[in-house]
Amino acid sequence: MATTTLPEVTGRTSRKGVYDGAGSTRRKALGRALPAYYWMVVPAVVLFAFFHTLPVLVGVFFSFTNYAGYGTWDFIGVSNYVNLFQDDRALAAYGFSFGFAIVATILTNVIALVIALGLNAKIVGRNTFRGVYFVPYVLAILVVGYVFQFFFSNSLPKLLPSIPVLAENILSNPDWAWVAIVVLAVWQAAAFSIIIYLAGLQTIPGELYEAASLDGAGAWRQFSRITFPLISAFFTINMVLSLKGFLQVFDHVVALTNGGPGTATESITLLIYRGGFQGGEFAYQTANAVIFVIVITVVSLLQFRVLQRREADF
Amino acid sequence: MTTAAPTSTSTAAMIALDDEIDTTEGPAARRRRRRAENLDTRKINWWATGLIAVCSLTVLIPLYLAVVVSLKSPEELAGGTGFELPTTWDWANFAEAWERTNFPQAIANTAFITVGAVLLTLLSNSVVAYAIARNIHRPFFKGVFFYLLAALFIPFPIIMLPLVKQTSILGLDNQTGLIILYTVFGLSLNVFIYTAYIRSIPIELEEAARVDGASTWRVFWSVIFPLLAPMNATVGILTCVWAWNDFILPLVVLSDPAARTLPLAQYVFQGQFNTDYTVAFASYLMAMAPLLLIYVFAQRWVISGVMRGSIK
Repeated sequence: MATTTLPEVTGRTSRKGVYDGAGSTRRKALGRALPAYYWMVVPAVVLFAFFHTLPVLVGVFFSFTNYAGYGTWDFIGVSNYVNLFQDDRALAAYGFSFGFAIVATILTNVIALVIALGLNAKIVGRNTFRGVYFVPYVLAILVVGYVFQFFFSNSLPKLLPSIPVLAENILSNPDWAWVAIVVLAVWQAAAFSIIIYLAGLQTIPGELYEAASLDGAGAWRQFSRITFPLISAFFTINMVLSLKGFLQVFDHVVALTNGGPGTATESITLLIYRGGFQGGEFAYQTANAVIFVIVITVVSLLQFRVLQRREADF
Repeated sequence: MTTAAPTSTSTAAMIALDDEIDTTEGPAARRRRRRAENLDTRKINWWATGLIAVCSLTVLIPLYLAVVVSLKSPEELAGGTGFELPTTWDWANFAEAWERTNFPQAIANTAFITVGAVLLTLLSNSVVAYAIARNIHRPFFKGVFFYLLAALFIPFPIIMLPLVKQTSILGLDNQTGLIILYTVFGLSLNVFIYTAYIRSIPIELEEAARVDGASTWRVFWSVIFPLLAPMNATVGILTCVWAWNDFILPLVVLSDPAARTLPLAQYVFQGQFNTDYTVAFASYLMAMAPLLLIYVFAQRWVISGVMRGSIK
C-alpha cells in the first residue's frame, strides 16, 4: 500500500525521513543496533518463519512426492505438475476462478467508485448512508452467504417467475450459478472498496473543482480530468487487492453452491481443500497450490505494472 | 479523538479528519467541524442523494430478509417468498437455534479467540514494527521488513495443507493455536501499517527519555506505545473483524467440535438444518449480531480506523 502515497503525504514522510536519518546517523556512529531491538524482532521473525515460511517450503517439498496425507511416500519428480496440466477438473477450477475474479473485480470497483462519488457529493444524511454501506464489511461472508442462498433458491423463483434463469433456482444451473456468486462477492467487497475510494476522494482539494467549473468543465470532464487521475493510486491498489482476493474465493462458494452443480463452480481454493483433506491428494494439491502462488504473484505484478504505467500517463 | 495524530498536516486534512472522528469531540473540534460544513458551499445534490438512498436498500434487503425469516413459522415461510412480514412473531426459533448450535459455547470460543488475537497482536506487532522503523537503515531490519511484506503475496492455499499437519503435531489445533496464527499471520500487514506511522514520530521524544536513563523497552511502552493509539485502533479493528468472521482457518485448524467458532458452527449445522430455514436464520442472526451491534455504536470510529489504515 506504500504506492498509494499522495504527493502531500509523500512530502511529509520524506521530510520526517530525512530528519529520522539525521538521528540514525548519530546512532550509526555507535555501531550495531541496541540488543533490545534484536530482542524485539527476532522472536517474531522466528515464529513467522515457522508458521508461514516453513509450511510453504514443506508444501513445495511434498509437491514432488506422491504423499497422500498419511502413510508412506516416494519422490515422483515433476509428474504432479505434468498431471495438473492434463487434469480437466483443475483446469476448470482455474477457468471458474479467473472468470469469476475478473467480473467481480470490475463490478466491485465500478460500483464502489460510483457509490463513493455519491457519498462524497453534498447529500442529505451522508454519514448515515456511509455507515450503511460499510455494514457488509463486518459480516461473515459465510453467514451472509447462507442468507443469499435462501434468497436465490427460495425467494427469487417466486418473486420473478417470468425470468427463465431465475425461475428455477439459479444456483442449480451449471451455466449461471457463478453469477449468483458474483452478486454475493460484489455485495460484500464493495463496502471496503467504497471506504478506500472515499479516503482517496477526500484528499482532493475542492478548489480544483471550482477552478474547473469556472473554466466551463462539465461533470464528466471534471471526473475524467481531475477526480480519476487524482485517485488513480487508490484505483490501482483496489484493483490489485480485489483481484487477488477474488482469485482465492472460498467462503462464497461454500455458502452458495459448495462447488456445484457438479463441479461447475469449484474454485481453486475449494479444490485444494477438498482434494488435500478429503481426497487423499495432499501432494498433488500442494503442487496445485505452488502453481497457484506463481499465477497469483505474476498476475498481481503484471496488473500493478500496467495500472501504474497508466497512472503515469495522466 | 483523544489522541491527536502527531502528524496533523494541512487544515484541509484536519477538516477531513474531523469529519470522520467525532466520538469524543471537544468544543474546538465541533467549531472546526461547523466551519468545515460551512466551507462546503455546494448546493445539496438531490440526484446523488436519491441514488445513494436507493442503492443503500440493496445493502439492507438481505438483513431485512434475515430478520423476517427468522421470526416466521415454517408453514408461513413455505407459503410466501420470504419477504412478507411475519403474522405472529415466532421467537421460539431463536431458542431452538440457541440449543441446536450450542450457541453459548460457539460465541465463547469466538470471543476468546478474537479478544486473544487482538490483544496479542497489538502488544506484539507494534513492538516488532517499532524496532524495524527505528533501524530501517540497517540491512537486517530492512531485510525483515521486506521479508514480512513479501509474504503478503503468498496466498493461503499453499500454507493450508502443511500448516494443518504442523499445528496438529504441536497440539495447537485449538483456540490457542488460532490466536497464535492470527497474531503471526497479521504481522505482514500490521508491521507495514505501524512502521509508516512510527517513522513520523519525532525521535527527540525518545531521546529525552533515553537521557533520563530509560531502556529501549521502557521508551517503547511509556513514550511510543501511547502515541500509537490511532494505529492501534486501526490494527485492532482489522484484526477483530478478521478473527471473528474468519471461516477457512478455523475450518482446517480446529479438530475438537467443542472448539467451534460461530461461522464454523453455522457451516456444521447447515446440513442438520436442511430445509429448517426459520431456525437456521435465527442462528445466522445470532452469529452476526455481536459485531453488528458493536458496529452500530462505534460506526464512525470503525470507518475512520479503516480509512486511516488505507492512506499510507
